[in-house]
Amino acid sequence: MAINWFKYSAPTNFYALAGKLIPWFAWPAAILFGIGFYIGFFVAPTDAVQSEAYRIIFIHVPASILSMFIYLIMAGYAALGLIFKTRLSAMMASALAPTGALFAFISLWTGALWGKPMWGAWWVWDARLTSEMILLFLYLGFIALQASIEDPRRADRASALLAIVGSVNVPIIYYSVQWWNTLHQGSTIKFSGTSMHVAMQQSMFIMLVACWLYAIAIALARVRSIILEREANTHWVKELGEKA
Amino acid sequence: MNRLSLISLLWLVIRRDLLLAMRRRADVLTTLIFFVMVVSLFPLGVGPEAEMLRKMAGGVLWVAALLSSMLSLPRMFAADHLDGTLEQMMLAPQSLTVMVLGKITAHWMLSGLPLVLIAPVLGLQFDMSVAAILTLMLALLLGTPVLSMIGAVGAALTLGLRGGGVLVSLLVLPLTIPVLIFGAGAVEAVNSGLDAVSNLALLGAFLLFALVFTPFVAAQALRISME
Repeated sequence: MAINWFKYSAPTNFYALAGKLIPWFAWPAAILFGIGFYIGFFVAPTDAVQSEAYRIIFIHVPASILSMFIYLIMAGYAALGLIFKTRLSAMMASALAPTGALFAFISLWTGALWGKPMWGAWWVWDARLTSEMILLFLYLGFIALQASIEDPRRADRASALLAIVGSVNVPIIYYSVQWWNTLHQGSTIKFSGTSMHVAMQQSMFIMLVACWLYAIAIALARVRSIILEREANTHWVKELGEKA
Repeated sequence: MNRLSLISLLWLVIRRDLLLAMRRRADVLTTLIFFVMVVSLFPLGVGPEAEMLRKMAGGVLWVAALLSSMLSLPRMFAADHLDGTLEQMMLAPQSLTVMVLGKITAHWMLSGLPLVLIAPVLGLQFDMSVAAILTLMLALLLGTPVLSMIGAVGAALTLGLRGGGVLVSLLVLPLTIPVLIFGAGAVEAVNSGLDAVSNLALLGAFLLFALVFTPFVAAQALRISME
């Protein structure tokens, strides 16, 4: 059977597909958020060193991971759009940007809340904090550039180039705790094993998956709006309006 | 048709841009005056204690250099865009990347090099030691071309947009932060009696890295903006 791999690269087809997929990501995300919060707040034991304040990692770590990961995915879509001139890729990139910026902001915000009791300061000028802040600026620059160009084609291509250039920052953030001797602690979970309690691990993992599913669901919802906006003059969108 | 070697093409573009700038000297001077002014504002803002000024001089001069290079960025391609020269450059059979490199070089000679040359005078105002001033000049000499190169990408992307001037700063400033950190770090290292070599070496690495990639990326950005 021949599969048409490119069927869903057409915005028309993807619009319908995304609509069907959203509940499959949104509901599990909601359920996992519930489980993750429950384990994080009630099951996971109090940390010996950091007492109750450590519980913020259950949102801080997933948000930080996703802020970096989403940037790479966004840059990947942007590159696809730039190279193959596929419209949908560029739309996906712009749909992901606000979510990535949100996660970068949550990461900085929760980090500040955690830093006050632990380090005694809301903010320190440490390599990881600074590079995460640059990441937030890069997201904002991407969104601002896209917003200020009228012609959507040029907006897509210009912001794609910016996203690709900015992606040099992601490895810097990731390795900053190893390259520089910083105040921010290194990762506790390694492939060789971890010193973490099982319930803490579970909660963090569940929260990571939940954030991930949330990001996918919200990006799909956003890309549907973008598709409608961009294709507003086409026949199929008008038909859609008549049906509804 | 006479064939142009890449070097002579580069030289041609640089000479043309310098010549154009010499016809309008005020543009070059405003950037320099802005730099001097921003630097002079700091002692007025934070107080004239020599000890503190000496400590923050490197950072202040670097931030001022960053801001004044942002100020001159929109001019890099704007005039050529308006009178159609840029379109002709793109149509030309010669490499656009090399032409962009030429424009970047000219831009640096007009906006970066004057800052490097005036920096020692401002350094004396901040009571910096001779060693610190020399390191600062060397760091600026390595770092300001990187600012022009990264800036070229931003200037090309925002070509002809309304509010382009502010937007270009928003796009370019985050990317220039590493240059700022290591540039100011070199001066800081000398002040605290350490060797500045590692900071300068990293700045040199940025310079080479930017030299390889940014002219090409800026040329692509110009193509996107002009189509």
